[in-house]
Amino acid sequence: MSKKIEIWVGFFVALGIAAFVSLALNVANSGIQGGDNSYQLYAKFDNIGGLKVRSPIKVGGVVVGRISDIRLDAEDYLPIVTLDIYEEYNQFSEATSLSILTAGLLGEQYIGLEPGFVDEELGIGILQPNDYVEDTKSAIVLEELIGQFLFSQSED
Amino acid sequence: MIKRFGQLGHTTLELLAGLGRALIILLSAITHMPNIRKGYPLFVKQVYSVGVLSLIIIIVSGLFIGMVLALQGHGVLIDYGAEASLGPMVALSLLRELGPVVTALLFAGRAGSALTAEIGLMKATEQLSSMEMMAVDPLRRVIAPRFWAGLFCMPLLAAIFSMVGIFGSHLVGVVWLGVDQGTFWSVMQGDVDFADIVNGTIKAVSFAFVVTWIAVFKGYDCVPTSEGISRATTSSVVQASLVVLGLDFILTAIMFT
Amino acid sequence: MSDTLVEIKNLTFNREERCIYNGISLNIPKGKVTAIMGPSGIGKTTLLRLIGGQLKPASGDILFAGQNIPELSRSALYEIRKRISMLFQSGALFTDMSVFDNVAFPIREHTKLPENIIEKMVMMKLEVVGLRGARHLKPSELSGGMARRAALARAIALDPELILYDEPFAGQDPISMGVIVRLIKDLNDALGLTSVVVSHDVHEVMSIADYIYIVAEQKIIGQGTPDEIRAQQSPLVRQFIKGEHDGPVPFHFPAKDFKDDLLGGKL
Repeated sequence: MSKKIEIWVGFFVALGIAAFVSLALNVANSGIQGGDNSYQLYAKFDNIGGLKVRSPIKVGGVVVGRISDIRLDAEDYLPIVTLDIYEEYNQFSEATSLSILTAGLLGEQYIGLEPGFVDEELGIGILQPNDYVEDTKSAIVLEELIGQFLFSQSED
Repeated sequence: MIKRFGQLGHTTLELLAGLGRALIILLSAITHMPNIRKGYPLFVKQVYSVGVLSLIIIIVSGLFIGMVLALQGHGVLIDYGAEASLGPMVALSLLRELGPVVTALLFAGRAGSALTAEIGLMKATEQLSSMEMMAVDPLRRVIAPRFWAGLFCMPLLAAIFSMVGIFGSHLVGVVWLGVDQGTFWSVMQGDVDFADIVNGTIKAVSFAFVVTWIAVFKGYDCVPTSEGISRATTSSVVQASLVVLGLDFILTAIMFT
Repeated sequence: MSDTLVEIKNLTFNREERCIYNGISLNIPKGKVTAIMGPSGIGKTTLLRLIGGQLKPASGDILFAGQNIPELSRSALYEIRKRISMLFQSGALFTDMSVFDNVAFPIREHTKLPENIIEKMVMMKLEVVGLRGARHLKPSELSGGMARRAALARAIALDPELILYDEPFAGQDPISMGVIVRLIKDLNDALGLTSVVVSHDVHEVMSIADYIYIVAEQKIIGQGTPDEIRAQQSPLVRQFIKGEHDGPVPFHFPAKDFKDDLLGGKL
């Protein structure tokens, strides 16, 4: 077997592995971050609209986590959303509020997280893993919005 | 009427017999994984002819398909003001579907047909027979290294295809059409999951498996005449392509629903 | 019968519906050149493949040194095959290797000898067939006669006990034919091999064979030393040896009456 073949094969294998690595690192960054290094928070909404598992959680547009589970509470039939928050963002206050927002007019829905203040004197601490976020705003459902608009128009 | 049944039975039996022979070849190829001392050089040589020689067609096709995807996607997305989603659209199309599928189709045409023709010709010129008479098992010496090389090379080629395709879409989307570079990459990273790469790779490995299996089987099982070889080569490419497309649907249905 | 290497007993073999052999028996003595002759298309090559274990007979025994080939397990058969070589009609050289690597192939596959010893062995074999100078050539660069000689060097690479020659003279010019005739004879005498030559070239076979079987119509129709064969009275044997175009072995493939075929219109 000639040296030339061996060199080419080595080059080919290196190129293939490089392709894998660069796909994993450059194209799909979030997947690796969202692996084990996250903690869970829970939140109860009245209506989650078009929110889905794997929708992003953003603070000021920065993705800080993803939704890992959506289910209904057995007692009051309200949706409970499990939020996977990346480990490095572990200083959110208990006064944090969540709202379901839409990217653009027709875009995907995501959870906007509004960090509150931490105030030891008022007894507002830091959210611990598996805590519930109390302050939540439901999704805006376009049909309801239009309904309200028409209703208020007719009242005028 | 009875004649019809006879024909049906004959066809069924022939199909089953073919499947059985294919399974035997597959089994012995799998159990004869190349060993270090004798198998390694054979394997490397096949990686060269199956993988390295397919690089050009894979890179060129990947580049153009990525560029066309970006061009078409941009045209549609810009109507909704959503050209920021160009990155994930291209990346997901490539990683989940086009990378493995187009690579498998090109691989069947480029490497699969060559494997079938080569093995068929070895059979027609009695090289396989003479190997057997020299107490060397052609399944181990000829079929196994080719099978493993195909299984090894195609996923690498698919990864290269996807990477080059994304690079091509970057060329068109960012450099030519002016999508913001930061948006392009960050939105892509936000929407593409590691699971997409894993699923794409699972697809690529499955396709590599069937394409190489069909190619070596068709060569080994061909009628050892010029007509037989040409027919085996054609049916190797056609069947491999159809099986890849069908399997793709099944895998997609399992993975993404 | 210790001087018999291969013994075929009551062998019957069918291909698809067609009967190729119907209960033939023959002995191949050790250290001799045995020729099997017959018109083309009667499955002489098939007989070699049966001996090599590549085909299985419908019934009958093929004993090689006392072991019944059709009943051997796969691994036992591969062990036996190390003691048998076959020279294919086309030569069947591996087209992706040089002549040297072709001859070295069986040695490399079956032994763990160091490369410098393999080189010496290959050179010896190539010297025997007169192709030492052509060792770097690819099979595609060889003439038909040279390819067959190279294949012969490969066949004797591991010093087998039995060599099966499939039509060694077919398609050769008179000079290379003479070379191969001499090689077969010399190898047989010098190395103490047993040779089986399948051929329909009467003249060449007569000149080297110690014993001849003539096969036709699924049976052995004549046997004996070359002199005995020449003296045979059987019309079949005489037709074959003298090369008459029509006789007991008909010129026509079996068919309906010619007139019926022409006038009947239905095919």
